[in-house]
Amino acid sequence: MTSSTALRAILVGVLSAHAVIACAQERSLPLPGLRSGITFAGADVRAMQSDDVSNPGFLWVEGGEKRWNTAAGATGKSCASCHGDGRSSMRGVATRYPRYDHAVKGVEDLDARINRCRTDKQGAQPWARESEELLSISAYVSYQSRGLPLAVSIDGPAREAFERGRVFYHARHGQMNLSCSQCHDQNWGKRLLVENLSQGHGNAFPAYRLEWQSLGSLQRRIRACLFGIRAEMPAPGAPELTDIELYLAWRAQGLSIEAPGVRR
Amino acid sequence: MPDARITVPAPVPRGKPFEVRIIVRHPMETGYRTDESGKSIPRNVIRSLTCRYNGEVVFSARLSSGIAANPYLRFFVTAKESGPLAFEWVDDAGVRGSDSAAVTVA
Repeated sequence: MTSSTALRAILVGVLSAHAVIACAQERSLPLPGLRSGITFAGADVRAMQSDDVSNPGFLWVEGGEKRWNTAAGATGKSCASCHGDGRSSMRGVATRYPRYDHAVKGVEDLDARINRCRTDKQGAQPWARESEELLSISAYVSYQSRGLPLAVSIDGPAREAFERGRVFYHARHGQMNLSCSQCHDQNWGKRLLVENLSQGHGNAFPAYRLEWQSLGSLQRRIRACLFGIRAEMPAPGAPELTDIELYLAWRAQGLSIEAPGVRR
Repeated sequence: MPDARITVPAPVPRGKPFEVRIIVRHPMETGYRTDESGKSIPRNVIRSLTCRYNGEVVFSARLSSGIAANPYLRFFVTAKESGPLAFEWVDDAGVRGSDSAAVTVA
């Protein structure tokens, strides 16, 4: 072994050790300390979520299952025409979203991915964000990953969106001049008027929120937070919201998906 | 989107009470809310809901604006014969809904 290859080997070793440390330090909350939003909820909300009969989110899951098998658009294809039985083919899919896609050259969340299938594969009109149709399919697909840990990738081209999401999360917004981090990193577990401040994880979404009397997406929940701090709300489907969704999913990695969740 | 989800245990022993649970899909619009332009949204709640077991009314309810969207009801019925448990409901707009579940008596 020449001295230069030995030096290179040492360098590579040192660099990869640094990379491992950097990754470990990147977690904003340590894995054992991660707490799903349901642990901050009252006994009645917890009971409602844990019982699939009383959980109203299953109205959307069942509706989504019907839509999954219903042909739509110019091509006359249903989701099942390509993906088969969603119960097996969609297992684990929701854990990986938002995700970078080379075809669209950007990060897209599950709802955007579903709509891309609709336009490109089915030849149908995309569904509006928060429409019953989109929420149903998204609830059905997310439900197939229930119990599986969130595991998004922030490597490679996804990194850019992730960094934007991280900046958004830590930046102060709106008239109240608050950042996401001030509530959900620094003060979780405390009370804000009648609310318990959670760690701000999105693992239960799409979730049935009692305040909404309906199922809603994580984007809707983020917009509600921004409304609460009197900040400007990006339009549903805006790239800023996808960026923050990616950051949140990374921040909650390891936490199990609860969709369809129930929240206050 | 399903109109309702009905849950009954299967099978149920003859002569014993069994639990019936139903969640009906409905916005249960209170009539007290306004839309984005300030116009009042008319009340539209499920007015009444009836459950028939083998044709006989075993449960009925009158609902009002104080009840949340997608109402969830739970009650007990005594098992007699196998047969359908048929639900019917009507809202303020006059829209009727129905759904049923099969009860098997062992």
